[in-house]
Amino acid sequence: MRSRIPVILLACGSFNPTTNMHMRLFELARDHLHQTGRYQVIEGIMSPVSDSYGKQGLVSARHRVAMASLALETSDWIRVDPWESQQDTWTETVKVLRHHYNEALRTFQSKELTRNKHPMETSTGDSLSCQQPVLPELKLLCGADFLQTFKTPNLWKEEDIKEIVGKFGLVCISRAGSDPSQLIQESDLLSKFQHNIFLVREWIQNEVSATQIRSALRRGLSVKYLIPDSVIAYIAQHNVYTAESERSNQGRLLQPLRL
Amino acid sequence: DPDTKTEVVLLACGSFNPITNMHLRLFELAKDYFHETGKYKVIKGIISPVGDAYKKKGLISANHRVTMAKLATKNSDWVEVDDWESCQSEWLETVKVLRYHHQKLLSADVTNSLQDDVPITKLGRKRRQEPNRHEPIKKKNQSPVVKSVPQVKLLCGSDMLESFGVPNLWKLEDITEIVEKHGLVCISRAGNNVQKFIYESDILWRHKNNIHLVEEWITNDISSTKIRRALRRGQSIRYLVPEVVRAYIERNGLYSAESEASNAGLLLAPLQKHASDPRSSQ
Repeated sequence: MRSRIPVILLACGSFNPTTNMHMRLFELARDHLHQTGRYQVIEGIMSPVSDSYGKQGLVSARHRVAMASLALETSDWIRVDPWESQQDTWTETVKVLRHHYNEALRTFQSKELTRNKHPMETSTGDSLSCQQPVLPELKLLCGADFLQTFKTPNLWKEEDIKEIVGKFGLVCISRAGSDPSQLIQESDLLSKFQHNIFLVREWIQNEVSATQIRSALRRGLSVKYLIPDSVIAYIAQHNVYTAESERSNQGRLLQPLRL
Repeated sequence: DPDTKTEVVLLACGSFNPITNMHLRLFELAKDYFHETGKYKVIKGIISPVGDAYKKKGLISANHRVTMAKLATKNSDWVEVDDWESCQSEWLETVKVLRYHHQKLLSADVTNSLQDDVPITKLGRKRRQEPNRHEPIKKKNQSPVVKSVPQVKLLCGSDMLESFGVPNLWKLEDITEIVEKHGLVCISRAGNNVQKFIYESDILWRHKNNIHLVEEWITNDISSTKIRRALRRGQSIRYLVPEVVRAYIERNGLYSAESEASNAGLLLAPLQKHASDPRSSQ
């Protein structure tokens, strides 16, 4: 029996704030990969972008990481990683992927070292433990709109796209009504790597956009049951989102477009 | 001025099989809506799960459904669960549940008011006033607390409103009483057919001032049916229902192909009741 390939899912984004929809993406992706029978999702990583991204309305990374952390309290497999948010300058997505892949590799290799020092007795006859351990794969988790951005001129370097879909892979969640497979067919590059692009349909629509959340908060409207209670409490306690915070970075060009 | 605002209680009837984040959102949206009018104060939200006698396909025991709803509202300071309806041995028309909660509210209100000066409208008696009037009833003598009669309004999605059109599902007199004496708060997605549906019904049109339409600006399609389907397929329902509800479902192994088959082939209670009632024709 062939053992499953361990997979780590990485989601990059503003997470401004983290919503129930962000966390749903992970759950949907994991279910999908498990149902192929070929993968075992071992970890989910949420990587909030650094403040230098320059997006309008982006509040400090300190808050965004804290809120993600609160949101993920009840999850036993997804965690927030502040590495990207702690970098001085904005980091290309492909670099974030490389960083986390290297980290995963490091963990994997140290585990292997430990295993080889203490070989296990396979008394249960479990065929898996006799086999060569499988190298984990790191895949980028995203929405269909992300796939769409590959078309935006000057936003992506072609070699980066190649590395993202070729070396790593994408798990792309799309809404019930839309079908991103056409997007893939229209691109030679994406078509070439379509075996490494997993399209997942979200049949239970739950389009909680962070922008709408922030808008509701400014108007004093309820966002309960759209984002976790712990995040609502944090936002209230620290007065995170205001009319002023929404104006930050106004008129400024997004960092990736400046390169 | 809080004393001249009409107090409103939102009542949601339904299967809650199971309760989802979408159900809970309905309350939040309705509350925000009423507060923004400046004329109402929502004082309570009530979730009233239907009794097992409803005989809907896939309906699991009321005990579980009530428990899950209670778990879901544990940390809400204004929404609660009432199991009176679910405890009845026979299925009850929605209007009866409304009447029950309205009466309960009035009794509590009478007990609470300083002076017994709030006229209680006897149910069933025709009102002299316009049917869609809901201004606070002011007294001539200047009592320090001038409170209006609290109103119980039926909170629902557009599907319930549109179900008024399903033959034999609702009695015309019940629909009339609901919109005339109590009121409806209907949450729907933008571009929905609700307004057209109201336009096409004489009864609803007449009382349209007592039908509050609230637009749901975030598409939220978390139906219980989809939740049950996901569970049967071993898929995650995290972040679609409160975590405590998800844990409860998992712990008790609720919702399977077997539970979904329950009541299969049986006629829904209201349809059964109306089929045998000659007055059911509209």
